[in-house]
Amino acid sequence: MQVSRRGFLKITASGIGATTVGALGFSAERAVADVRLFKLAHASETRNTCPYCSVGCGVIIYALGDRSKNARSEIMHVEGDPDHPVNRGTLCPKGASLLDFIHSPTRLKFPEYRAPGSAEWKRVSWEWAIDRVARLMKEDRDKNFVAQNAKGQTVNRWNTTAFLAASASSNETGYVFHKVIRALGGVAVDNQARV
Amino acid sequence: MTNSWVDIKNADLILVMGGNPAEAHPCGFKWVLEAKAKKKARLIVVDPRFTRTAAVADIYAPLRPGTDIAFLGGVINYLLTNDKIQHDYVKNYTSAALLVREDTGFEDGLFNGYDEAKRSYDKSTWTYQMDKDGIAKVDPTLQDPNCVFQRMKKHYLRYTPEMVERTTGTPKASFLKVCEAIATTAVPDRTMTSLYALGWTQHSVGSQNIRSIAILQLLLGNMGMAGGGVNALRGHSNIQGLTDLGLLSHSLPGYLTLPTDGDPDLKTYLEKRTPKMTRPGQFNYWGNYPKFFVSLMKAWYGAAATKENDWAYDWLPKIDGAYDVLRVMELMSQGKVNGYVCQGFNPLSSFPDKAKILGGLRKLKFLVTIDPLVTETSEFWQNHGEFNDVDPAQIQTEVFRFPSSLFAEENGSLVSSARWLQWHWKAAEPPAEAKGDLEIVADLYLALKKLYAKDGGAHPEPVLKLAWPYRIATAPAPEEVAREFNGSALADVPDPKNPGAFLVKQGEQVPGFGVLQADGTTACGCWIFAGSWTQAGNQMARRDPADPSGLGVTPGWAWSWPANRRVLYNRASCNADGVPYIPTRKLIWWGGTKWLGNDVPDFKADSAPADGMNPFIMNGEGVARLWAPAMADGPFPEHYEPFDTPLAKNPFGKVLNNPAARVFKDDWKAFGKPDEFPFVATTYRLTEHFHFWTKHARIPAILQPEAFVELPEGLAKKKNIRNGEMVVVKSKRGQIKLKALVTKRMPTLTVEGKEVEVVGLPIHWGFVGQTRKGFITNTLTPPVGDANIQTPEYKAFLVNVEKA
Repeated sequence: MQVSRRGFLKITASGIGATTVGALGFSAERAVADVRLFKLAHASETRNTCPYCSVGCGVIIYALGDRSKNARSEIMHVEGDPDHPVNRGTLCPKGASLLDFIHSPTRLKFPEYRAPGSAEWKRVSWEWAIDRVARLMKEDRDKNFVAQNAKGQTVNRWNTTAFLAASASSNETGYVFHKVIRALGGVAVDNQARV
Repeated sequence: MTNSWVDIKNADLILVMGGNPAEAHPCGFKWVLEAKAKKKARLIVVDPRFTRTAAVADIYAPLRPGTDIAFLGGVINYLLTNDKIQHDYVKNYTSAALLVREDTGFEDGLFNGYDEAKRSYDKSTWTYQMDKDGIAKVDPTLQDPNCVFQRMKKHYLRYTPEMVERTTGTPKASFLKVCEAIATTAVPDRTMTSLYALGWTQHSVGSQNIRSIAILQLLLGNMGMAGGGVNALRGHSNIQGLTDLGLLSHSLPGYLTLPTDGDPDLKTYLEKRTPKMTRPGQFNYWGNYPKFFVSLMKAWYGAAATKENDWAYDWLPKIDGAYDVLRVMELMSQGKVNGYVCQGFNPLSSFPDKAKILGGLRKLKFLVTIDPLVTETSEFWQNHGEFNDVDPAQIQTEVFRFPSSLFAEENGSLVSSARWLQWHWKAAEPPAEAKGDLEIVADLYLALKKLYAKDGGAHPEPVLKLAWPYRIATAPAPEEVAREFNGSALADVPDPKNPGAFLVKQGEQVPGFGVLQADGTTACGCWIFAGSWTQAGNQMARRDPADPSGLGVTPGWAWSWPANRRVLYNRASCNADGVPYIPTRKLIWWGGTKWLGNDVPDFKADSAPADGMNPFIMNGEGVARLWAPAMADGPFPEHYEPFDTPLAKNPFGKVLNNPAARVFKDDWKAFGKPDEFPFVATTYRLTEHFHFWTKHARIPAILQPEAFVELPEGLAKKKNIRNGEMVVVKSKRGQIKLKALVTKRMPTLTVEGKEVEVVGLPIHWGFVGQTRKGFITNTLTPPVGDANIQTPEYKAFLVNVEKA
């Protein structure tokens, strides 16, 4: 006999004791285990890669929500992917606590701005912040762009704004970031590989 | 890694030196344990600390931080003087037989051509003897005093076991035990794998540490072999990918290089970078450089890159010197940098000499951080008491903090240490207003493009004409971008061997880099990634874990660059006749008309062994370079002391520190002397933490909640410091206060007759996150980098320790 979580709650809520539940053909212990299974069984599974070191362990992310248009997924569990040929389902102490990284209380939620001399952050809109940064970048680039060197050779570089790219971001992010930086003439760019 | 994580299981011997995988790469380290359990492999660990990796080693040898070249040089000397080398391999597959110029040499700690004022070498004499056709001369008997083999033998003669002991502090008996174990792999059918990480790279001689292991592995015939190789255990999940994609100041995707002021036109640029064959009959694969470069420019500029405008060559910036992070921080502290855009990077915590970094950041006009987390860098202007004692009112920098998504909230690919491109899928939306990194970059670019279109400005063409073929301009799909870096045909590409047929048709994804062209008919954003998203779809998303050969090759799992090849240089796993050296570990073999294998052959598919082509196809000589003239600090590695050294004199020669390492004028005074700072310090990482991220996650923050310094018992006793007491650790750069953890893990070493104590400093704390607040460890580290690539010397410096 199978019993859903709601059904099990109904059975217990209606005042029938554990003994009676046992008489229905399943033990209370088993029923509780089924309740646990039910939560995972209805979660969406997503294959991903641990973002920490570069062993590149496979992970499975479990989220509540069925990915339908109006459902917002809520990640509730992360574990090692048993199919992965390197980690074979295992994770280290860092990988095993990935859920706490995803839901860290110090995750950023809104664009913020700190004005010169200010002691505080101010929440700002994306539109304002992107526009302001673009203007600052353009101002610096237009002022300091080096089109030709002392010998009169074309060099087209911009070396007064520097960039750092994240070694934990995807190839796709890194590739697009790189092409944008070089299109601007950027030469001062590095990632964590250097340190 | 030349090999892969699973391939470690094939090794007979595992050398872990310059790394601590049991704690830093635990799930990869399981393959070491697999080799021990199933193959009776032995594990050697050489490390200043008795780490958890050392705890399961068969042989452990301590050494003083910063003396790896002395140790490895000693091993090389042992192999050469005791004739423990793989003769067939050394003779055929390395540069041992090639002759170098008679007028190049080494004396008193310097190679020839040194310019003291510039702190650099004129390397023009560090070359082979060439005949009139530009072919390098050889002596197959290896007897000529100018052949690389004899030169090397002479260079390493000084690295005796006695000198090793005097310099490294490793007891001679332990050192010899390591040598004997390593020498057992000189026979053709035994291999050693080398696993290293930042313990080798973070030194002023970091690149030469890696050169040393390369020489060692070549002498033993361990390169290209299953269970062999030189395996960098890389740090961040995509540090390999970002390096492959060229996100370094001097690089372009696929290890192409950015033009310099010395390359005023495309012709000069390509000529300098397209190497000539220096031995007859070699593949010289970099000879294809123009195809890779033109295809890149077509990917970046599309129809705007034409033959007439030299494929938009002038739109690439020409670099006028170094712009590595240390130089950028130097420029910043001189007030020459106005803006800093930090995506997923925390320089205030990560870079050496925090005071200098802070001094630089406060001179910026604007700082932008793009990160899922609060970082110390984003709050450098905030007063966090003694941990960051600044006055915000005095700091005029405008600071922007953009919230980004993280791994679980995006599709995309990462390159693991084993060069595997693995696709991952989005599980949830980022919180609140956080956005994907791709969207943030797109927003910034499109805003700039709009401003340049409207108002004009400096050199607007490349900004306006950059190819942006994404269906939703503000949100490039990772799938679209991945297809772009794989590359596609812009016209039908005829097959030269088969008239009327085509290698690839217009509009198709290219199957691999072999079809790329230099005439603008192909586009490819990163040639080494060609093959990752073909007409057959996303190869990075493949999930077949089958391992038919049993060698851990798993050809159907994800996709490995280059060409889905899992072991680099695998042609060298066969002898000159194309027969595998180890019949039970066959990676590839000559099948009569072409090369066949359990792995993708790293070779010209139809070149018969009799043709004489050699395995190291990226080199014009076709053989591996024991002599490496491209290095900034010498064609052979030489021991130099760290810039903060406990010794007054280098035991090996007259030159104390790496003579080619760059030191900024004001930084000479930043180095400490042993009278004031008597202890050697080294930084390290804990198994519970990843850099400065996991302090934001609850469980790791609970497991390792507070900053500490690891002190040896001897030192603690001398200083009357008890376990758990607060201490102050000082270097010439600054001081930090933290708890003492007194252990037996760092033995007192005897170096040049004096006792040397080593102090260990984990790096993980700061003034934001879920742990207790702590000082930034990099307050203490020195502002000097490796001579070749400028990786800072975090692993060897001087401190003093006192009770707080």
